[in-house]
Amino acid sequence: MKSIQELEAIRQRTLNTINMRKDNQNTRVVVGMATCGIAAGARPVLLKFMDEVANRNLSGVTVSQTGCIGFCRLEPIVEVYSPDKEKVTYVKVNPDMVGRIITDHIVNGKVVEEYTIGYYEKNNK
Amino acid sequence: MFEISLHILDILQNSIKAGASLITVRLTLKGNMLTVVIEDNGCGMSKEFVARVCDPFVTTRTTRKVGMGISLFKAGAEASGGSFSIHSREGVGTTVTAVFDISCIDCPPLGDINGTMISQFVCHPEIDFIYSFTTDKGQMEFDTRAVKQVLGDEVSLDTPEVMQWMQESIKEELEQIEANVN
Repeated sequence: MKSIQELEAIRQRTLNTINMRKDNQNTRVVVGMATCGIAAGARPVLLKFMDEVANRNLSGVTVSQTGCIGFCRLEPIVEVYSPDKEKVTYVKVNPDMVGRIITDHIVNGKVVEEYTIGYYEKNNK
Repeated sequence: MFEISLHILDILQNSIKAGASLITVRLTLKGNMLTVVIEDNGCGMSKEFVARVCDPFVTTRTTRKVGMGISLFKAGAEASGGSFSIHSREGVGTTVTAVFDISCIDCPPLGDINGTMISQFVCHPEIDFIYSFTTDKGQMEFDTRAVKQVLGDEVSLDTPEVMQWMQESIKEELEQIEANVN
């Protein structure tokens, strides 16, 4: 087992930054994880978001999951909720798309139009 | 489902929906047989509902009339020459057991089981999980309650650094018992 001391150190480091974080408003990334999402490949997408948030040390971003969003044919579906903005829904997301959603949208505030449900529905009739 | 670990992820959603506060996932590899036991202390199901629950047209969902999770898991296990069972008691919890013959050509690979478990630890820090894996070489047991005890109340399991620590910790332990089922 990796050492408990290491875990203790992580706890200390996190406690030191936790107060700064409280002021930030949160961006929420929600991945659909019902049978439909899981079968379509939602788990690697969820894990990729978690890894990216960890590796880029993004504070104020939480990654979570939800059940069936209701568009099973468009899974994996990812919803991004930013404070004071409308929800953005990305469809048919794969792990390779996660990097751009993080850098363009979550870090720089620019929605990746061609990954959105609106764009997909308009161009795949 | 392409992987056994994806079935497990799917069944875990049932336990979470059932309001479980403790979920145990035990994998045991003995020869060619891989046994998966998922046990929760959620709300459980009535006898009548358990009897029908493997039917894909039975669900608690109200938005539509299909629920595929359990029926797919059962089909996957039985197609590989294994077996499936489910036991539940209202107010006590539910245990799902699936056995796979991993030498069977129709048996899906176990896949990223650590990814399945870690994603749930992180997405549901309020739920306690025990994840154990037993092979001929020994046993790995990871209990999130032990991690929570070190972290205290202020630091949650969904802290990115904690997630990475859990990932590496579990990976190391599994290597020691040679738990490679892919």
